[in-house]
Amino acid sequence: MTAYALAQTIVFYTATLAAVVLFILGLRYLSSPATARVGNRYAAVGMLLAIAASIWRIDAAGWWIILIGIAVGTVIGLFSALKVKMTAMPQMVALFNGAGGGAAACISTAEFFVLATAPPSLSPQLRLLTYVSLVVSAIIGAVSFSGSIIAFLKLQEWMTGRPVTYKGQQAVNALIGLSALVLALGIMARSGDVPWVWYVGMLAAALIFGVLFVLPIGGADMPVVISLLNSFTGVAVAITGFELDNQLLIVSGTLVGASGTLLTMMMGKAMNRPLTNVLFGAFGASGGMEVASASGAPQNIRSTSVDDVAVMLAYAHQVIVVPGYGMAVAQAQHSVRELADQLEKKGVSVKYAIHPVAGRMPGHMNVLLAEANVPYNQLYDMDDINPEFGRTDVALIIGANDVTNPAARNVPSSPIYGMPILDVDKAANVVVLKRSMRSGFAGIDNPLYEDPKTVMLFGDAKASVDGLVHAVKVL
Amino acid sequence: MTGLEFVSYLFDLLLVFALAIFVGFEVISKVPTTLHTPLMSATNAIHGVVLVGAIFIVAAIFNASLSSPLFIALALVAVTLGTINVVGGFAVTERMLQMFKKKDAVKK
Repeated sequence: MTAYALAQTIVFYTATLAAVVLFILGLRYLSSPATARVGNRYAAVGMLLAIAASIWRIDAAGWWIILIGIAVGTVIGLFSALKVKMTAMPQMVALFNGAGGGAAACISTAEFFVLATAPPSLSPQLRLLTYVSLVVSAIIGAVSFSGSIIAFLKLQEWMTGRPVTYKGQQAVNALIGLSALVLALGIMARSGDVPWVWYVGMLAAALIFGVLFVLPIGGADMPVVISLLNSFTGVAVAITGFELDNQLLIVSGTLVGASGTLLTMMMGKAMNRPLTNVLFGAFGASGGMEVASASGAPQNIRSTSVDDVAVMLAYAHQVIVVPGYGMAVAQAQHSVRELADQLEKKGVSVKYAIHPVAGRMPGHMNVLLAEANVPYNQLYDMDDINPEFGRTDVALIIGANDVTNPAARNVPSSPIYGMPILDVDKAANVVVLKRSMRSGFAGIDNPLYEDPKTVMLFGDAKASVDGLVHAVKVL
Repeated sequence: MTGLEFVSYLFDLLLVFALAIFVGFEVISKVPTTLHTPLMSATNAIHGVVLVGAIFIVAAIFNASLSSPLFIALALVAVTLGTINVVGGFAVTERMLQMFKKKDAVKK
């Protein structure tokens, strides 16, 4: 071995080691608000080291492909990450995740055709390991790729966000999944000299399966699915590591797979919905479940005016703001803080109730309110704030729906029955800021709106809150 | 590689794999809800390390002198998608976390 090759190897493994350490430290630091930014940079530096060392390690073979790919990818990635509105973040994460899954599938596909066209001399065991891992990583990567794209389309509302269901759906899904599995087993069994049609068929089945598997999922379950797909991509990357004999991929992919799974379970737990329900129990869609909400459009709702609400708020002792996706869509977070400032000037105590899945992702509301400089100590988790509603004069609901739906507590036939909710109906008055009487993301009616304590203020959340700010000011 | 060497090779990788599972669970077991979204986004960026795999597959293709358009296209798409994952992932996480910085500044 020449000194140059030795240096290359040492640098590569050192960079791998450094990257792994930086990833783990980064994740650790990301677990606390004070150090989160440092954590993200640690991980980014680790990534940079790993990529640079890898390019040197291969002596920049095919450098122009790497150059073009990195240039194009950087432009697309940076542009979309910096341009995206904070409200559209969840679908952006889904899209980046899909890119990772797609990359894993492309790598495995390339590896398959390399093995088919120019078979290297491998021992039979190693050949089997390579085929097993390339097939598995291709399937998981493809599912993650197409699934993430559907998740993106749903969240972006380029297609219906509701669950898409039809008769025999699970049978069709099982059939497609099974055919991918059978082809995969066939490829593994031959481990070489595989007809390419088998591989392409398997890949196609996996891509279709990804689409079918996300289609019936909708409503408030979407964040859980994105998190799940994120951990899928992690697993695909880890298995790509087995395929390419690369420990960095194994460790990093596994880290993401494991932490992503944990995060997914945390989210499921926050909604009191086991993962199997999320995946197989289409939210508020399957026939009989609709009955609970089929009582027709609510009749007894009371609409109110900005001035009335302003008075109610200004003379309250305590107001709890319940933000939801409507606030995010309207970008009303700055106005909300302004309103809170005005109210506090008048001696009203203002708190924010953050449901774990308010918005489209856990922590979504926290990020938005932090952007508007809402003091951290005014934000309360569900468990901390629920006892407070009984002592509260006004619960001000800004574009939240399903997380306040009392049907989750007392209508066993409701699709969201059992999901922990914010007990807004315990407050003396409930004010709901809402665009229209359209039902929430889960697509079910909210009996809260017919509660005699509830008044509705229709309109864009930002316009309504701005109106309230003005009205409170002049009081 | 003999059968024996293969077993030791495979188990080295499996050992790393098993340990990484535990580290992955442990490292984020105590995370406030506030940080769920940035954390998901950061783990999303970290699996962008698949780009390293893409770089190695480019080398494998070139070292085997395979220059048909299929290989070039697959390699190019793999590198591009991997880069989008890395760059987009870290950038969007950084953006989310900027908002925490602002808040800290105000507090001080």
